[in-house]
Amino acid sequence: MKVLVCVKRVPDTGGGFKLTADGMRVDTTNLGFTVSPHEECAIEEAIRIIEKHGGSSTVLTLGPQAAQEQLREAIAKGITSAILLEAEDYEFWDPAATAQAIAETVKSLGFDILLFGNESADTCNYQVGLRVAHLLDLPCVTGIKALEIQNNTAIAKRETKDGWEVYEVPLPAVFTVREGINTPRHPSLRGIMSAKKVPIEQKKVTKPASQIVRKALKKPQEGRQLEILGQGVDAVPKIVEKLREVGAI
Amino acid sequence: MILAILEIVKGSLTETSLETVTAARDLAQKSNDSVAALLMGKGVSTLAPTLKGIHTVLVAEDPHLEGYLPDALAEIAAYAIRQKSPKIALAPGTETGNDLMARVAARLNLGLATNCVEFSVEGGSLKRVTRLNWGGSLLEEVEIFSSPILLTLAPHALAAQSADGATPTVETLSLTLTEKALRVRMKELIPTEKKGISLTDAKIVIGGGRGMGSAEAFKMLEELASLLHNAAVGATRVATNNNWRPHSDQIGQTGAQIAPDLYIACGISGAIQHMVGCKNSKKILAINKDPEAPIFQRADYGVIGDLHQVVPALIAELKKLKGA
Ligand SMILES: Cc1cc2nc3c(=O)[nH]c(=O)nc-3n(C[C@H](O)[C@H](O)[C@H](O)COP(=O)(O)OP(=O)(O)OC[C@H]3O[C@@H](n4cnc5c(N)ncnc54)[C@H](O)[C@@H]3O)c2cc1C
Ligand SMILES: Nc1ncnc2c1ncn2[C@@H]1O[C@H](COP(=O)(O)O)[C@@H](O)[C@H]1O
Repeated sequence: MKVLVCVKRVPDTGGGFKLTADGMRVDTTNLGFTVSPHEECAIEEAIRIIEKHGGSSTVLTLGPQAAQEQLREAIAKGITSAILLEAEDYEFWDPAATAQAIAETVKSLGFDILLFGNESADTCNYQVGLRVAHLLDLPCVTGIKALEIQNNTAIAKRETKDGWEVYEVPLPAVFTVREGINTPRHPSLRGIMSAKKVPIEQKKVTKPASQIVRKALKKPQEGRQLEILGQGVDAVPKIVEKLREVGAI
Repeated sequence: MILAILEIVKGSLTETSLETVTAARDLAQKSNDSVAALLMGKGVSTLAPTLKGIHTVLVAEDPHLEGYLPDALAEIAAYAIRQKSPKIALAPGTETGNDLMARVAARLNLGLATNCVEFSVEGGSLKRVTRLNWGGSLLEEVEIFSSPILLTLAPHALAAQSADGATPTVETLSLTLTEKALRVRMKELIPTEKKGISLTDAKIVIGGGRGMGSAEAFKMLEELASLLHNAAVGATRVATNNNWRPHSDQIGQTGAQIAPDLYIACGISGAIQHMVGCKNSKKILAINKDPEAPIFQRADYGVIGDLHQVVPALIAELKKLKGA
């Protein structure tokens, strides 16, 4: 079994966003970087598939040199190899362009299962996985929360309000994964050490003309006025009062 | 033509579909254009007369169209767009709507702006759209250079409005679906057992974060919920990643979106990715021992203190009130 996982490097913004002066990017000074939780789960799923069925797994990102950090973290957890499609301006690639570059790179590599996040953490386009599937002429099930491989067939499940939808598709196939499909592992210390030495395959890619072009980022209004109810247990009577106001008791 | 591609669930148009129709009518009015809607499914033509203020309803009623058949729906929608060359085609920005439109965009080799919340029409044409980034905690203004323009509308970005007007003309689309269009199809639906009040329906939600410290500690939140009307327990990603709670309890960008009357956040720092899941709560009450925690900038009521003291004291007080 050969499994591919695609991840995107994004700032770990935590407490709030600061934008750059030109309003075009999130100011990443003093920020760490990560990948979407959906993609962390896709990495975990790839590792589990290989642990169970044998074979190899590859993690791929289209991003800056610095994204080696995300690739090596995936290797430290148990992914076999990594591909970096180097584009320092990756934040301004539209999903069609990203999908095109990924599809071109992987089309001859013979992956049986291609995993993506359901949507990227930052731009939330909901489309790179589906576009890659279309370009490679493969079936694609999105937003899956369970995956099982039997012979050459994948049984994928989506969770909806009404229950679990079950899909059965022949491999090779593309899946976009939602957080909750598994609980991702942490890398081991030994994994981290050996991941440093794994060579990363690199290729420079150039951004084609975009169909969707960012003009500005904006922060939405946040308007709540804080009322401090008190310190520690002294606040209990006031909490009870607020619970009454909303009809909770 | 502005084409609204609509979602039908259990024989009815969804709320987000009605929002999409409203947006389509608005775009058409601002650009002096006509509005059409596309209905796909089994027996959907009966819904056509309910769509007022629309000129044409395109109907595709293939007998295969049962259950979710994303490639088949995408084939039909792409065919409709090729046939009618609308200026704009838009669909609801739900999980299924985004999935469908990405398949359509890939087939037509066009750009797609998902989860739009605002449209800027100038001189009769759509210049820019504003879309959600980071699950809604940031907004992105984009210009679209592909034509037709493909969009999805973020749920509840606007309120659905009814319209008057003549009953629309119905036009049947007929195309034969290929085998390939049917290769991704739902085989089975395993219903989930409904137990208790769901996170998204609860009027009061009590969320626990890293400050809870253990799965054990969540029992105290369950007890608190049991003492309140219509309450459920939720969690942060730290809590679900530590297996203190199942992922289905997670609130936030990659979890549930809740809108209760009151959200009580216990031992939660207030990271934007968590808060974007509860920002539609009417009121937010935060219990945190760190007065500098960002959650205090995003809450209505704050209690500075150790939740392991405050919550038990609150439970004791509520029990006393119940007993009295
Ligand atoms: C793309 C992306 C998507 C994400 N999606 C989600 C999501 O859907 N949901 C989500 O929750 N997170 C999500 N996250 C993670 C998010 O950024 C935060 O890491 C997470 O929400 C932090 O959880 P927390 O508040 O429980 O923990 P922390 O940030 O560690 O905060 C713990 C808080 O508890 C307080 N505390 C500790 N002990 C006590 C005590 N005894 N009494 C009172 N207070 C105490 C501390 O002062 C602190 O403020 C996402 C991250 C990314 C990058
Ligand atoms: N720059 C990128 N490099 C590698 N994979 C990506 C990139 N951008 C998006 N993806 C993958 O495509 C998924 C969906 O992205 P999007 O369509 O942007 O929401 C992500 O969760 C990733 O798995």
